Amino acid sequence: MDQILEIFTKANVRFIMLGLANTMMIASVSILLSVVVGSVLASLRNSKSKFVRGLVITYIEIFRNTPNLLWLMIIYLVVRIRPTPLCAIVAFTLFTSAAMAEIIRGGINSVSKGQWEAARSQGMRASQMYIYIILPQALRNMIPALLSQAITVIKDTAFLRMAMAYPELLGRIIVLTSKYTAVVQIFALYGLAMLIYFVICFILSQLVRHFQKKLQAEAQSQAR
Amino acid sequence: MTQAQIKAYVSGAGITLSLTFVAILFGMVLGLLLAFGRMSKSKTLQGITWTYIWVFRGTPMMLQLMIIYFGIPLISSALFGRPMGPERMTSAYVGLTLNTAAYLAEIFRAGILSIDKGQLEAGKALGMTNGQTMRKIIIPQTIRRIIPPFSNEFVMLLKDSSVVYILGIGDLTRTSRQFAAQGEVKFYFIAGAIYLVLTTIFTVLFDRLEKKYAKYE
Repeated sequence: MDQILEIFTKANVRFIMLGLANTMMIASVSILLSVVVGSVLASLRNSKSKFVRGLVITYIEIFRNTPNLLWLMIIYLVVRIRPTPLCAIVAFTLFTSAAMAEIIRGGINSVSKGQWEAARSQGMRASQMYIYIILPQALRNMIPALLSQAITVIKDTAFLRMAMAYPELLGRIIVLTSKYTAVVQIFALYGLAMLIYFVICFILSQLVRHFQKKLQAEAQSQAR
Repeated sequence: MTQAQIKAYVSGAGITLSLTFVAILFGMVLGLLLAFGRMSKSKTLQGITWTYIWVFRGTPMMLQLMIIYFGIPLISSALFGRPMGPERMTSAYVGLTLNTAAYLAEIFRAGILSIDKGQLEAGKALGMTNGQTMRKIIIPQTIRRIIPPFSNEFVMLLKDSSVVYILGIGDLTRTSRQFAAQGEVKFYFIAGAIYLVLTTIFTVLFDRLEKKYAKYE
């Protein structure tokens, strides 16, 4: 037990907390940007121009079907965006927005046709329709899927150490494991990493469940 | 590209595919067991399977692989005095399988629960035995509903198997990184293209399978 407590020095706790802050910063900024880019992609996917539709579909399919790790490496080693956090955010936004676009498209399709017609009859432009009428309703329907995607992003930030030596949470904990020799201590550190990811994902998954129940209840009351 | 490079890509793709297939096959077996455990009446079984799924879905796969590959030898050296543990490929197979099983368990469970109880009653009303109802009515419908999320999970696994990079395994991603180390981006794009071709082939196959089972809906 003493050996385990030995790990939690002030310096180490600070070191890990900064890693957690890095993880959450990259994840949250990328998720927010991806919702914006994903919304644009999703509305363009319904565009009248075949060319635009084809372009968007190609973008989405490429990023959904190739490993995120590969893109992190490409952006870091080849495109060479610096500083590293910016590079991480750009890379994460690139592939997360493809996933978001599909989620948002599902949400847009779930908005009833009457809403589109009502918006059009008010003389709104396409962009106004999306921003004021369709997207706010669509966003509400897809909160559960959005939060699941957020969990995926948070876990995937663990790639950042391999791809660009960025000190996110797991990377920092691994650095610490190399400083200790006792098995108990190393496993305590692994366990700590698991625990932190758990707690974050657990909170988010509880939120998912909460929203799912709420949406179900609303759907039922509307059906009645 | 030289012949040696082509060979390296082929063997990298082979490793990626073998990781994916082994993990999906064993993951299906384990996932099915977990799904039944989750739906069982026993509170202990429910608790165990719930925790398993929670742990494997809630932590990064990279961490799971590291604990298997780097952690097990540590335990063994503490207990028996010498480091023993699975080698790289075995660790990768085990880690990917354990992780995939957790995701598949939830897919199976959702599929089974989505079948209307009326279907079971209808089978009985037609004079079918329980076995017949299962084989001819319930299972085909479940398979039909499971195919789309299963196909998704398969593609995810094929892509995410790239995390075995951390164990130093020469799959597609690591192969391309080795060649691209001098800053030649084309090697990454070749790997990306191979992933795209592979995922497209499997997506098309699963789509066909889904159409074949559509008649049961």
